[in-house]
Amino acid sequence: MTQQLKLRRVSAEGSFLRRLSADRPARPVYLALVLLIVLGWLLFALDGGQFLSLENVVGIQQRSAALGIVAVGQTLVILAGSLDLSVTYLISLTSLVAAEIMAGSDANVPAAVAAVLAVSALVGLANGLIVTRLRVHAFIATLGVALIIRGALDERYDGPAGSVPASFQHLGYDRIGPLPVSALLWAAVAASVWLLLSRTRLGYRIYAVGGDIEVARLSGVRTERVVVVAHVVCSVCSGIAGLLLASRLGAGAPTVGTDGGYDLESIAAVVLGGTALAGGRGGVAGTVGGVLLLAVLDSIFNQLEVNSFAKDVVRGVVLVAALAIYARRRRTS
Amino acid sequence: MTGIGKSFLGVRVLGGVDLEASAGEVHALVGENGAGKSTLMKILAGVHTPDEGTIEIDGRSVAFGHPIEAQRAGVAIIYQELTLLPERTVAENVYLGREPVRRGLVDRAAMESATAELLSSLGEESFGPRDLVRRLSVAQQQVVEIAKALSLNARIVVMDEPTAALADHEVELLYTLVRRLTERGIAVLYVSHRLREIFDLSQRITVLKDGAKVTTAETSALDTAALVRLMVGRDLQSYYPPRATEPPGEVIVKVRGGGNARLHDIDLDLRAGEIVGIAGLQGSGRTELAKALFGAEPFTSGEMTPCRPRSAREGISAGIGLVTEDRKAEGLLLNQRVRDNALLVARATGMRRPAVEGLLERVRLKPPRPTQEVRLLSGGNQQKVVLAKWMTVAPRVLLFDEPTRGVDVGAKAAIHELMRELAHDGMAVLMISSELPELIGMSDRIVVLRDGRVAGELPAGATEEAVMHLAAAS
Repeated sequence: MTQQLKLRRVSAEGSFLRRLSADRPARPVYLALVLLIVLGWLLFALDGGQFLSLENVVGIQQRSAALGIVAVGQTLVILAGSLDLSVTYLISLTSLVAAEIMAGSDANVPAAVAAVLAVSALVGLANGLIVTRLRVHAFIATLGVALIIRGALDERYDGPAGSVPASFQHLGYDRIGPLPVSALLWAAVAASVWLLLSRTRLGYRIYAVGGDIEVARLSGVRTERVVVVAHVVCSVCSGIAGLLLASRLGAGAPTVGTDGGYDLESIAAVVLGGTALAGGRGGVAGTVGGVLLLAVLDSIFNQLEVNSFAKDVVRGVVLVAALAIYARRRRTS
Repeated sequence: MTGIGKSFLGVRVLGGVDLEASAGEVHALVGENGAGKSTLMKILAGVHTPDEGTIEIDGRSVAFGHPIEAQRAGVAIIYQELTLLPERTVAENVYLGREPVRRGLVDRAAMESATAELLSSLGEESFGPRDLVRRLSVAQQQVVEIAKALSLNARIVVMDEPTAALADHEVELLYTLVRRLTERGIAVLYVSHRLREIFDLSQRITVLKDGAKVTTAETSALDTAALVRLMVGRDLQSYYPPRATEPPGEVIVKVRGGGNARLHDIDLDLRAGEIVGIAGLQGSGRTELAKALFGAEPFTSGEMTPCRPRSAREGISAGIGLVTEDRKAEGLLLNQRVRDNALLVARATGMRRPAVEGLLERVRLKPPRPTQEVRLLSGGNQQKVVLAKWMTVAPRVLLFDEPTRGVDVGAKAAIHELMRELAHDGMAVLMISSELPELIGMSDRIVVLRDGRVAGELPAGATEEAVMHLAAAS
C-alpha cells in the first residue's frame, strides 16, 4: 500500500487511468464481478451451454441500464451524506409524464423530454430543500415525498396510460453492434457524473459535505447548496430512467418504478460498489460495478431457472457479505 | 475587534471585549473554559455574528456572515479539533472550497504543485500532496491545516489549543511553524491552556474572564503566578493537592510480562492509596497500556492479577475503571442526560446503583443537575460526569488517560483534588498525562514508557529533564 502511495506521488500528472485505479474502494467489486463471470462461464461450459453469448451480454446491459442510471444518481446523494427513497415513484411519475405528453406523436417528444427533466428537477429540489432547510432526515424526507407522489399517482391512474411513438422506442430496444442504445445512455450518464465528481468543484464539495459537513462549512463550502444540487441531479437521473422505461414499455405506468424496486436496489448497488452509506467515500466506478454484479447474478439465475425466492436469498447474502468485507478492509488498512 | 458582545439563547457569553493584534505578533488569548475565548475567535472567523461591536482589519471595517467571507478577508482559523477530511488527499483538503479550475474543471496538477510548494516552504518533507489525510499523524495533519491557512494568504491566523493533541517533541515543531508564520508578517492569535507555551511564544497576552476582558499585558511583564491570578481571579498557591503521607497499601493490580501487539514485557504494580503517573512520548504505548489493563485492547501474553481482562466488561467486573482520553467519543453519550451517563456502567453491569445526586456533589459538578444534557456542559464538567460514571460502581482501580485535557484551570484543580481523595480512600490510581508538570505534581511514582516497554521508574518529584531523558533516550 505504501509503495503504491509513493508511486502515485512520484508521477506528477494524474492520467485518466490512474485516476480510475486510484478509486480504490471500487476494486473488490470488480474482482467479484470477474469471479462471478468466470463462475458463470464454468457452470454453463460444464452444462454444454454458453454463458457469454451475445444475447446474454445484451440482456445484461439492457437490464442494467435503468437501474444503473438511477444508481449513479443515488451515488451522488449518498456521497453527499444524504439518501433518496423517492426514486421509485419518481420513475413511475416521469414515465407517465413522458407518455401522456408524447401521446403517440413524434412532434411531442422534445416537449415530453423537457417536461420530464423539469418535473424530476423540481422533485429533487423539493427533496433537497426539505433535507437542508427543514432539517428533516433524508430517509424520512424522501420517504415522505415518495408517499406524496404515490398518492397522486394512485388517485389518477390504475394502469398504463399515454403512448410513446415508435421513433422513441428506439431508445429502449435498438443497438449499435453489440451495444444497446440504453447501455450507451447509461454509460453517458455515468461518465458525466464521474467527471462531475472527480474533476469539478461541485464534486469535491459533495465529498467534503458527505465526509464531514462541519468541516466543509468551516472551510467555506455552502453546504446546503451542495446537498440540494446533489438531490436535483439524482432526481434528474431518475427522470432519465423514467424516459428509458417509458420507451421500453411503449407507455407510462404507475407500477414501472415499484416493479423494479429501484429505491433499495439502487442503494444496494451503491454500497456494493464500496461507497460508504454515511457519505464522503466511494464513487461512480464502484456503483457501475455494483449494478453489473447484480445484473450478472440475475442473468446466471435466469439461465439456471432458479426460482425467485432463492434468488433473493442469494442476493441478500451477497450484499451482507460484501459489506462485511468492506468493513474488514477498513479496519485492517 | 472593539466592543464585541454576543448572547446565545439569552445568555450573555461576551460583552464589550476589545482585542488587537499587529502584523508579525503572537498574541495569546487565555482564560478559563467558558471565559468566551472560543466564541470570540469564532466571531473573528465568521462562524458566529456578533450582536454588538466592530471588527477592523488593516483599518477597514468588516462584517462576516459566513466563514468564507472571513477567509477572503484574510482570517484563517485552526481549530482544536482538526477540520480535515480523512478520506481526501492533502491537496484536496488544503484547497477545499477554493479548488483552482481551468476550463470549468478542477486543475489537479496546479492544486498539487501549489500544495507541494506550501509544504516545502514549511519544511515538511515527510508527506506529499497526494497522501490521504487519514494516513497522517496528528502533528502532520496540523501542518496541513497551517498550509491551508497559508494558501488563503491569511493575514491573521487563529490557533485554538493547537497543542492539545500533540506530544512534547511535536510541540517544538509547532513553535517553529508559528515562527515561520510571524516571519511572514502574519498576526497569530494563540489560544491555549498551557501557560508555558504562552510564555515561550507570545509577545502580548489578553486575559478573558466570564465573557469580559480583564487586561492586555506585555508577556514580559507577567509571570506564571501573576497570569494565573488574572485568569481565575485568585491565587492558586498550591497548584496540586498534597501527596499521600502514609506509605501505599496492598498491591491491587500486578502485571508481569504483559504484552500485545503494541506493548512488550510490561511489569507494573498498582497499590491502594497511590497515584502512579505514566509518562512517554506519543506512540510510546501509554494509552495502549491503560486499555490493556482495562481489557478494552487486552494483553495477549503475560500474567496479571486479579485477572487478565479480555474485554472491558471483564475489566469492570474485576474492579477496574478507565477514564478515556477522548471523553466525547469514548466516555459519554453526549445527547443524553447527566443522570443516564452517570449510571451507564452501573446499568450495563447490573451493579448496585447509589444515589446519583450525592455523587454529582462529590465530583463537584456545577450545577449538580442530573437532568442536563451532557453535550451542553463545559469540558471540565463533562469530565466530572465521566468520574461520576465510574464512582457509581466503586472500582478498586481507576485509570485516567489525559484527565484534564481541554479542561479549564478551576475544573482541573477540582479533578486533581478528587483523584487524590480517591487514592486516599484506598483506590489505586493510574494517570497518563502529556503535560509533564501535571504528571510530576500529581504522581507518587512515575513509570516511563518508550516503544511499548517500561523504560524506567522515577520517584515522586522527579525533574522534567529526568522524565524526558528516559522517554526520549535512544
